[in-house]
Amino acid sequence: MKEMLLGMKTEWMVMAILLAVLLFRLGRGLAQSTLLSLVQLLLLLSTALSLTGDSTTPLFGGMYLNGPLAAFQKSVLLFAAWMISLLFSDWQRESSHLSEYLILLLSSLLGMCFMVSSGNLLMLYLSLELATIPMAAAANLDLGRKRSSEGAMKLILSSAFSSGVLLFGISWVYGTTGSLDFGVIAKGIDGSPLQTLAFMFLFAAFAFKMSAVPFHLWTADVYQGSPMPVTAYLSVVSKGSMAFVLVNLLHGMFRSMSGAWYHLLMVVVLATLVVGNLFALRQQDIKRFLAFSSIAQVGFILLGMTGVRPLGPSAVTYFVLIYILSNLAAFGVAALVSARTGIEDIPSYKGLAKSNPFLAWMMALSLFSLAGIPPTAGFFAKMFLIVEGAWQGDYWFVVAAAINIAVSLYYYMRIVRLLFSEPEKSIPTLVPAPSERLGLLVCAVGMVLAGLLSWIYDHISTLN
Amino acid sequence: MNLTAILAIPTLTLLAVLLVPRARQARWAALAGAVAQLAASLWLLVHFREARSSGDSGFLFQWQHAWYADWNIQFHLGVDGISVAMILLTALVVVAGVLVSWEEERMSKTFFGLLTLLGLGAYGFFCSLDLFAMFFFLEVAVVPKFLLIALWGSGRKEYSANKLAIMLMGASVAILMGIIALMYSAPGGQWSFDMLHIAGWEIPADTQTTIFALIFIGFGVFTALFPFHTWVPDGHSSAPTAGSMFLAGISMKLGGYGCLRAAVWLLPKGAVAYGDTIVVLSVVAILYGAFVTLMQTDLKYINAYSSVSHCGFVLLGIGMLTKAAVAGAVLQMVSHGLMTALFFAVIGMVYARTHTRQVSEMGGLMRAMPFIAVLMFLAGLSSLGLPGLSGFVAEMSIFVGGWERGTNFHQAATMLAAMSIVVTAVYVLRAIGATMMGPLRQEAHSSLTDAAWYERVAALVLTAGMLAMGLAPEWLNELVGPDAAAIADRLAAP
Repeated sequence: MKEMLLGMKTEWMVMAILLAVLLFRLGRGLAQSTLLSLVQLLLLLSTALSLTGDSTTPLFGGMYLNGPLAAFQKSVLLFAAWMISLLFSDWQRESSHLSEYLILLLSSLLGMCFMVSSGNLLMLYLSLELATIPMAAAANLDLGRKRSSEGAMKLILSSAFSSGVLLFGISWVYGTTGSLDFGVIAKGIDGSPLQTLAFMFLFAAFAFKMSAVPFHLWTADVYQGSPMPVTAYLSVVSKGSMAFVLVNLLHGMFRSMSGAWYHLLMVVVLATLVVGNLFALRQQDIKRFLAFSSIAQVGFILLGMTGVRPLGPSAVTYFVLIYILSNLAAFGVAALVSARTGIEDIPSYKGLAKSNPFLAWMMALSLFSLAGIPPTAGFFAKMFLIVEGAWQGDYWFVVAAAINIAVSLYYYMRIVRLLFSEPEKSIPTLVPAPSERLGLLVCAVGMVLAGLLSWIYDHISTLN
Repeated sequence: MNLTAILAIPTLTLLAVLLVPRARQARWAALAGAVAQLAASLWLLVHFREARSSGDSGFLFQWQHAWYADWNIQFHLGVDGISVAMILLTALVVVAGVLVSWEEERMSKTFFGLLTLLGLGAYGFFCSLDLFAMFFFLEVAVVPKFLLIALWGSGRKEYSANKLAIMLMGASVAILMGIIALMYSAPGGQWSFDMLHIAGWEIPADTQTTIFALIFIGFGVFTALFPFHTWVPDGHSSAPTAGSMFLAGISMKLGGYGCLRAAVWLLPKGAVAYGDTIVVLSVVAILYGAFVTLMQTDLKYINAYSSVSHCGFVLLGIGMLTKAAVAGAVLQMVSHGLMTALFFAVIGMVYARTHTRQVSEMGGLMRAMPFIAVLMFLAGLSSLGLPGLSGFVAEMSIFVGGWERGTNFHQAATMLAAMSIVVTAVYVLRAIGATMMGPLRQEAHSSLTDAAWYERVAALVLTAGMLAMGLAPEWLNELVGPDAAAIADRLAAP
């Protein structure tokens, strides 16, 4: 019983917050802003608690596994959820459906926590569904906008399809190995054609969720249609958790067929980088822009998975953490501007530095970090993935991938230049709310220090 | 001498520039920091000479700190004579660059912050002994260049800034691949980015040649290796004055130093294999750059194309692979850094007064601004290699080193390169004559003022460096010579 409580403490905490919100909703006893502050506080508290102590006993007969790295990955997801609750307080406070939004997001978070800890394909499938279905409902929360419903529709259809593909792959894995347990399957993997096909189905499902090319088509429309916090959640938390699970599967269960998936991954990496970059070049809408740039970032995450050695999972976890900090800062600024002025197109950001120096610098810093420019942490995170990708010795492949950094520099810098150009356009001086200011500052400190100082990476490395 | 000071001072300067309460105070913070950096570099020079004269050799004042152990990355600092010369050059150019931008009022905090950051990247680059840390600092210096040109530039600034950023980032990718491949080529899986370790490895010749090509081309782009020089004229001419000075005086030297340190020193067999190719490309750059300069009518373009020609000498010295030539390459980097920075500073001063950079619209400016005219003469004469100024020492050393190789090919290349001096004399003297001498071409120019105090100080700092190098070349030779010889010895070339 004690193991049940302590081993799953992160999940218990998320569930407790979820129930609290539900109870308050039923009792109608709290003002919007009080409820939001309470959730912010509870999320921070549970992030901190989730970092303490760890119990590694498998639960439910191996369905639920909790290693130190998985525990840390869940803390990262909780941290991201806390940052989202801080950064998007404008939208959240004014939303007429705050409790529904919180409940949906927290259930999805709960699903992701279970997913990261799953030790059985059945568990993986169930938690994945718990993680994605609430997001489709949340994408629809801007009830007045048609685009929001359109995005939600696209998200639910593509998730349903990819879940079907996943289930199909799972059934083949079960058929060839006779088990759903990760450990047993790993022993039964021999790279037979049927298993290769099964792997491709599984991988396709993950590629869908992470919006890797050629399964990315839903991304831009869904991002553009969804409310800003939901977009941010889909873009960082959802992708991050998928990356955690995928690297775990590739380096664990499917390790013995790495020769087969390495080449598959090469193709997907290059396609994802090139397509993400080329589309990002021409976007005029800030959300669509961030959508395509995040596709390109997924390309780098997959690149880091290609080297099969223990450094891979550390590099991916570190990258996801840095990516959360960088991308959320960009989303945070965009959300603030959008909530106060309704502006979402990039040319209108011209001269933001004049009217809002703080926001402009935060945006610039996050774009530097996304582009991988030192001294920001994004540089280190990306370099580790590239060094890891080069481990197999296919340098032409890594060169082709790394050239994309030069391409991406063009569109990231285009926006930075715009921010500091004159004369300024229509955005008036905006005063961020205290929670938004705090969130942006946490991102900024993280982006500047998490790379120059190696503590965070070293910590991740000791967990693995 | 603790080398961390060389990095700590610019870092503190950067913080001070960003944190001062009023925008107009940023320039004072930047200047104070720049002077402190110059003092620290001089201090480093003195201590380095002391240590060397007491018999220490190799890399001195080493400082090591574990950074990312998983990835074999550490923060390893250390300097030899070549690095000290480069650090000194950087410090001089930073002081001058801050001073000539004294009246920059638009977003001055950001402007001086970017200048300081660029300088910080260069200092770190020159004293890193770990390839990854070196690459890190190289990249630190790229984005400030882009923003300086894109935001404070003139003319086709967006085009130039993008071209520069994309070419330099592409080059960085080549360098990155080179250093990762080098790291993984460790014998027995003893991976390391540490150059002192790598220098001791036995790397097979074919691996060396492949990696050498990647690293050398990558750094070559930074220092205008033909045919990858095309960002130079656009970048230099669109940049603000201090930006051009930093580009020519510091940024192009990152490339030359990188070619020497990361490519030639670590991969001697690769250098021997590609030496003649480098000679051919650099002779093409020298002559092509000189002849293209002849046709330019814009002062900044004249100086930018002449930089292509002059940086060709750096690569020529490296490609010749002899002690004197390699030492000459380093001297040429210092010399070109100083005189081109001075030239760009003068062009900036002239432009600020006449609002034109076209040679044909000026004339007789010496009557209105004698001080500036004298500076232009000094920079020009150094550029055409007049004895007594820095250019002569460097080019002479390269020619001697090239001739020493003894083969017809190398002697012919040396002669061809030497012939460019005639062309240089033509364009330099023509430009100075047309702008400074003769009667005043425009009446309005008679009322122009001469250099202000900050411009005078900036120019004097650079001129002092040029004269010190030209009149007493021994001290720089003593500084650079032994370490250039150490590099050339590894080449085992004839």
